[in-house]
Amino acid sequence: MLNIFCPHCGELRSEEEFSPAGQAHIARPLNPEACSDEEWGEYLFFRDSPRGLRHELWLHASGCRKYFNATRHTVSYEILETYKIGEQPAFTEAAGKKSAAQGVSA
Amino acid sequence: MTAINVYNQRPADIAGQSPLHHAGFEQLIGKGRPNAGVRLRERKLLGHLTLRGDAKDPAFCGGVHQALGLELPVALGLVAKGETSLQWMGPDEWLLIVPRGEEYATELRLREALAGQHIQVVNVSGGQTILELKGDKVRDMLMKSTSYDVHPDNFPVGKAVGTVFAKSQLVIRHTAENTWELLVRRSFADYIWLWLQDACAEYGLAIEA
Amino acid sequence: MSQVNRLSRGGRVDRSQPLTFTFNGQRYQGFAGDTLAAALLANGVDVVGRSFKYSRPRGIVAAGAEEPNAVIQLGSREATQVPNVRATQQALYDGLVASSTNGWPNVDTDLMGLVGKVGGQMMPPGFYYKTFMFPQSMWPTYEKYIRKAAGLGRAPTENDPDSYDLINRHCDVLVIGAGPAGLAAALAAARSGARVILADEQEEFGGSLLDTRETLNGKPAAEWIEQVLAELKTFPEVLLLPRATVNGYHDHNFLTIHERCTDHLGETAPLGAFAHKPVRQRLHRVRAKRVVLAVGAHERPLVFANNDVPGNMLAGAVSTYVRRYGVAPGKQLVLATNNDYAYRTVLDWLDAGLQVVAVADARSNPRGAWVEEARSRGVRILTGSSVVEVRGSKRVKAARIAAIDTRSHRVTSPGEWLECDLVASSGGYSPVVHLASHLGGKPTWREDILAFVPGDGLGLQARVCAGAVNGVFALGTVIADGYSAGSKAATDAGFKAVNGKLPRAEERREEATLALFHVPHDKPTARAPKQFVDLQNDVTAAGIELATREGFESVEHVKRYTALGFGTDQGKLGNINGLAIAARSLGISIPQMGTTMFRPNYTPVSFGAIAGRNCGPLFDAKRFTALHAWHVKNGALFEDVGQWKRPWYFPKPGEDLHSAVARECLAVRSSVGLLDASTLGKIDIQGPDAREFLNRVYTNAWTKLDVGKARYGLMCKEDGMVFDDGVTACLADNHFLMTTTTGGAARVLQWLELYHQTEWPELKVYFTSVTDHWATLTLSGPNSRKLLAEVTDIDLDKDRFPFMTWQEGKVAGVPARVFRISFTGELSYEVNIQADYAMGVLEKLAEAGKKYNLTPYGTETMHVLRAEKGFIIVGQETDSTVTPDDLNMGWCVGRTKPFSWIGWRGMNREDARREGRKQLVGLRTVDPNQVLPEGTQLVFDPKQPKPMQMAGHVTSSYQSASLGHSVALALVKGGLSKLGQKVYAPCRDGRLIEAEIVSSVFYDPKGDRQNI
Repeated sequence: MLNIFCPHCGELRSEEEFSPAGQAHIARPLNPEACSDEEWGEYLFFRDSPRGLRHELWLHASGCRKYFNATRHTVSYEILETYKIGEQPAFTEAAGKKSAAQGVSA
Repeated sequence: MTAINVYNQRPADIAGQSPLHHAGFEQLIGKGRPNAGVRLRERKLLGHLTLRGDAKDPAFCGGVHQALGLELPVALGLVAKGETSLQWMGPDEWLLIVPRGEEYATELRLREALAGQHIQVVNVSGGQTILELKGDKVRDMLMKSTSYDVHPDNFPVGKAVGTVFAKSQLVIRHTAENTWELLVRRSFADYIWLWLQDACAEYGLAIEA
Repeated sequence: MSQVNRLSRGGRVDRSQPLTFTFNGQRYQGFAGDTLAAALLANGVDVVGRSFKYSRPRGIVAAGAEEPNAVIQLGSREATQVPNVRATQQALYDGLVASSTNGWPNVDTDLMGLVGKVGGQMMPPGFYYKTFMFPQSMWPTYEKYIRKAAGLGRAPTENDPDSYDLINRHCDVLVIGAGPAGLAAALAAARSGARVILADEQEEFGGSLLDTRETLNGKPAAEWIEQVLAELKTFPEVLLLPRATVNGYHDHNFLTIHERCTDHLGETAPLGAFAHKPVRQRLHRVRAKRVVLAVGAHERPLVFANNDVPGNMLAGAVSTYVRRYGVAPGKQLVLATNNDYAYRTVLDWLDAGLQVVAVADARSNPRGAWVEEARSRGVRILTGSSVVEVRGSKRVKAARIAAIDTRSHRVTSPGEWLECDLVASSGGYSPVVHLASHLGGKPTWREDILAFVPGDGLGLQARVCAGAVNGVFALGTVIADGYSAGSKAATDAGFKAVNGKLPRAEERREEATLALFHVPHDKPTARAPKQFVDLQNDVTAAGIELATREGFESVEHVKRYTALGFGTDQGKLGNINGLAIAARSLGISIPQMGTTMFRPNYTPVSFGAIAGRNCGPLFDAKRFTALHAWHVKNGALFEDVGQWKRPWYFPKPGEDLHSAVARECLAVRSSVGLLDASTLGKIDIQGPDAREFLNRVYTNAWTKLDVGKARYGLMCKEDGMVFDDGVTACLADNHFLMTTTTGGAARVLQWLELYHQTEWPELKVYFTSVTDHWATLTLSGPNSRKLLAEVTDIDLDKDRFPFMTWQEGKVAGVPARVFRISFTGELSYEVNIQADYAMGVLEKLAEAGKKYNLTPYGTETMHVLRAEKGFIIVGQETDSTVTPDDLNMGWCVGRTKPFSWIGWRGMNREDARREGRKQLVGLRTVDPNQVLPEGTQLVFDPKQPKPMQMAGHVTSSYQSASLGHSVALALVKGGLSKLGQKVYAPCRDGRLIEAEIVSSVFYDPKGDRQNI
C-alpha cells in the first residue's frame, strides 16, 4: 500500500485514495491531423516501462479530485516526488539513482 | 440571454425526504444502549452549494468574503460562522453549507459579488447529507472505517478531509472535540448507515434528535 | 494416565485451573497458561501427525511459530473448523477440540504408511515438476489423493459464527516483538513521546525472557517484564498488542498485524456486555513512520539420520517446555549441539531433576561458562562429536553419537548407541529475516554468527533492527541494542530520545558456534536413513543433493524442485540447512548460494480477518435512488447496475420475467409507463468555454445548440472508439447539463477533468456532479403528455415544448426541469426534481396516472423498448472496439468541426476505416419466436468446415411483445452492405438459428411517435 503525497492536499495519503492514470508527460499532439498513423499510434498506444524511475500520472480520486504527477522507482516503489500538472520533475533517471539508495522518502 | 441558469429548486411548502428518511431516526431516539460511545444525528435538508473559482485571484477571495463574511479556507480547512460553513474540497472547489432554504438566496448573493468572474456555483442540496457523530468512541469507529489518520494531532478540529470510508468515499469533518461530521452522498447513505450501525455495535450507538 | 510429563512445580501455568480438551477423539487435561502443544506433551502425546510425503509419524519439535509438524485442525463442529493452526501457538481453553490434519485415516495406524512407504517411491523430489505437469489430465486424480493425504486442513462448509474486523492504525514507531529487545525499544520510543505500537505473537509479552535462566538486576527476568509493561501502560499513546502477529511488511512501511482477540477464550468468541459478541480476530492495517524489528531468532536443528522421529526437538523448545510450562517432554536427554547457548537446556533439564545421558558437541574443546557448569554437574560431554543417527519409530529409543570431521564431512568413529527418549538439537540461531525481506530486501550472510541478518533493505523499509535478529545474542547487549533502536526510530520519526537506565545482565563467557548444518553419516547421503531438512514439506538432505545433481543450481530453483520452505512453513527451520547442503553439494559458499525470498504472510491468516466486516450485506457499497422505497412497495425486483440497485421489473402476482416485461412494454407503447432514471450520471457544466469543451469531447457539434434545447452526443476515446453517450442540454449560454450512462458517470467526470486539468487548462469551464442531487422520473408513452399536464404548470403544447427541448416549471408543486427526450421511441418527458422532493412527486404522478394505467417499468423493459428502436447501450453494443460509423451513427460525427476533437484522428486511422469491420445491424430470426442468445457468434455459411469463420456476434436480443417477433442487434462484418442476407447462429445447445440481416430500427423507423 503506497503512501502518496498529494501536492494539492499537502499531505501523505494511502494509495487506496488514488487512481493511477498511466505515464505522465504524454502531451496530446497539437495538430492530430498532421500526425501520420505511426505517430498517432505512438501517442496512443506506446508507453515506457523502465526498470528505474518512471513519471506517472495519478488522480486523487477520493480526495481533492486533482490529477498530479509522481516520480516512482519501479523496482523499490519509492516515490521520490509528486508535483502538479505543468511542473517538471526534479528527479530524472540520472539523478534518481543516487537518491533512491538514500532511503525511504515520502 | 443569461449566461447561467439559476433556479430555486426547493419548494417552500412541501416537506422533503432526506437521504436517510427511511431509516426512521425519529423512532430510534432514546433507544439503544445507555452511555453509548457514539451518538448520531442527521443534519438533514440543509442548503449545500458547490463553489468553484480561482483562489489565487484576490477578486474571487474578496467576493466570497463579501457575500458570506467568511474567508476562503486553505487546503483541508473548514471555517464556520453560525449555521454557515465553508469547506475546502480541492484547490478550486469549496463546499458551502447554509440553513435549509437559504441556498437560492446565497447563490444569488455569491453570483452578484462575483459578477464577471469565471466561477461555478451549483446547488447540490438534494445530493448529500450530513451525519453528526459525537462521543468518545467516534475515533475508534472511524479507525475501522477509514485509512486516514484521525488522531487529533493529525486531524485537529477545523480540518475536513475527503477520503475512503468503508468501501465508499466521503468527507470527514472534525467540527469540535469528540464531534465529527460525515458528508455522505445520497445514494450511498443507506450503505453508510448500515456500516455505522455495524461498526458502532461494540461501543453502543444512540440516535439523537 | 494424566499429565505424565507434567513437572510438579515450575513454569507459568496455573495448576489450580485444570482445563480439559480433546485431541483426535481422546480427552486430556492441561492447565491454564498452556499452549495446546505444551498440554499434549504434558500428556505424553508423541505423535501429532503424519508427514506430507513419506507418511512418517511426527511429534512436536518447537515451541513457537516455527513448529513444522503440529499443524492441526481446530473446532468441535462444522461451523467452527479452523485449519492450519500451530499447536504451539494455540492457547489451551476448556473444551478445546483438535485433531491432526496430517495422517489419514489416523495418525497411529496410517494407511499410507501400511501400504508400503507410498511416498518413498511415488514422490521423489521434483514430484511436482515431473508428475503433475504431464499429463495434465491426471492432475485431478493426483490432487484428490495428495490433498487428502497431505493434511492441508479443511475450511468449514458452514458459516462462521464469529465476526472479524479491520482497523487502520498510524504510529510513529511500531515495535515488532516483545522480547528483551522489543520491550527496551518500546520503552525508549514511548519515553520520547512517540505514538508506539508494540505487537507480539505470543500469549504474553516477554519473548525469551519468559523461559530464560538468566537474571536481570540479579532477579528473575520476568520481573523486569512486569516493570516495563507497567511503565508502558502509563503512556496514553502506547498500544500494546499481545496475540498479534505482524504478518506482512508491505510498501512504504505499511504492515498488517493479525490479532487473535478471543482465540484463547474458546472456539467462538464469548458474549460480552449488552449481548454483544466481540470481534474474534482483527487485522490491524498499520502505517508506521518507523519500525523496530525485534523479532528474534529461530534455533536451527541439526540434520542427522532419522531426525524426524518423535522425541527429536529443538534444544530451546525443550527449555521452553520445562521452564515456561512445567512440562518435561521426556526422561532421558541427549543434546546435540555446535554452540554454547544450547547448554542451557542441559542445565534446565538437570534443574528439573531429570537425567542427561550425554551431550554431543561438534566442537573440539568447548570451554564456555555453561559448558563448564554442565561439566561440573557431572554431564558427560562428547566433543568433536554429533548425534549421527537416531533409532525409534514412534518415539526416540536411542541415539548414536560418533566422532565427526566437519571439514571432510565424514564420520570418523563408529560411535556408540546411547539409550534415550529425547534428542535435543541445536545447530545455531537464524535471525528471523522474514519480515525484513518481504519487500525483496536481500539478507546478508554473517560468517561470525553463521547466519543471515536483514540486509539494508535498499531503502525499502524505514526500519531499525534490534537484538537477535540483528545478530546480537547476549542478553545485556540485546537490551541495550533494543533501547538504542527504539531511540533511533523515535528520533527518525521526529522525536527526542530520552536516556534511561538499563537492567544489568550477568556476564558469561561464550564461545563461537561451529559451522555444522548437515551431520555426516557413515553411508552416502542418498543411502543413509533419511535426514530431514524441512519437516513440513518432507525435504531431505538427499533430496537437495539430488536437485543439485539434476542441475538445479539457483537457490530459487532448488526450492521449487524440492518444495523446501514452501507454504505455511516459509523456511523457518529448514532454510539455512537446506542452503548449506545445496552450497556444499555445489562446492560454493552459503553467501554465494544466497537465500530465497520470504513472502507475506509470516504465519497463516484466516480469511475472516482479511475480509473484516466487508462481507454479507456489507460486502460492497450499494447505491439507492430517492425512490427506492416506492419500488419496493410496488413489488419491484432489483438488478445490480454497478453498485446501483435498479428496478429490474415489477411482476404482478403470477407473472414471470417474460410476462411482466411483455405487459410493461405494451403499457408504454399503448398508454404510459414510468421509469426511475435517477441513476443516469448528471454533470453540471458552467463557464464561457463550456460549449467549446463539449465540441472537443463529444463527436458531434455543439456550437449551435440554443438555450432551451438538448442534444444526444457520443463520446469516444482518442482511438476513435465509443466509450459513453448521453443527452446534454443547454441551460443557459454558459451552462449545460450533461447526462452520462449509469455505469459511466464517474469515469466520464474523471475524463472531463483529465482533459481540462492536463490538456486544456486554459478553457474556462467547471464540472460538478449533480447525479445525486436530481432524481429523474421518466414518463413515456402516448398518454404521457396528458398525464403530466394534470400535475404541472408547464405548457406542454407540442410546438411550444417540442422534442429535444426542456422547460422549467412546477410538477406536483415542486420546481422541476422537464426534458423532452426519449429512449423508448414514444412521447417522453424526463422530470428532474431535487431528490429530497421526488417521492412526493412520484406519489402524485402515480395517483393521477391510475386512469391511464400508468405502469412502472424497470431496466428489462427499458432494454427491450430501446432495442426495438435500435438505440445502443454503451457496453452492450460497444466494447471499446466500435466506432460511431460501426454503429451506423455517422450522423453523430462532426466531420467539419474546426478543433480535432477526441476520437476524430483515431477513427481516421486506416484500420478504423477499413472495409469489412463489424457493423451494427438488426437481426430478424426466420422463426419469429426464436430469441437469439446474447453473445452468440454468427456465421455466414453454417456448412463450412470447422473452425468456422466468425461473421460477428449478437449484442442484444429480446422477444418483442409490441412487434410480435424477436428482435436482435448484432455486430456483423460488413453488415450494413448485407441487409437482406442471412446469417446463422450455431448455439451451444446444438440449435442452428437462421436470421435475416435487417435495419437496426425495428419500431417506428421514421420516429413519428416520439415527436408528436
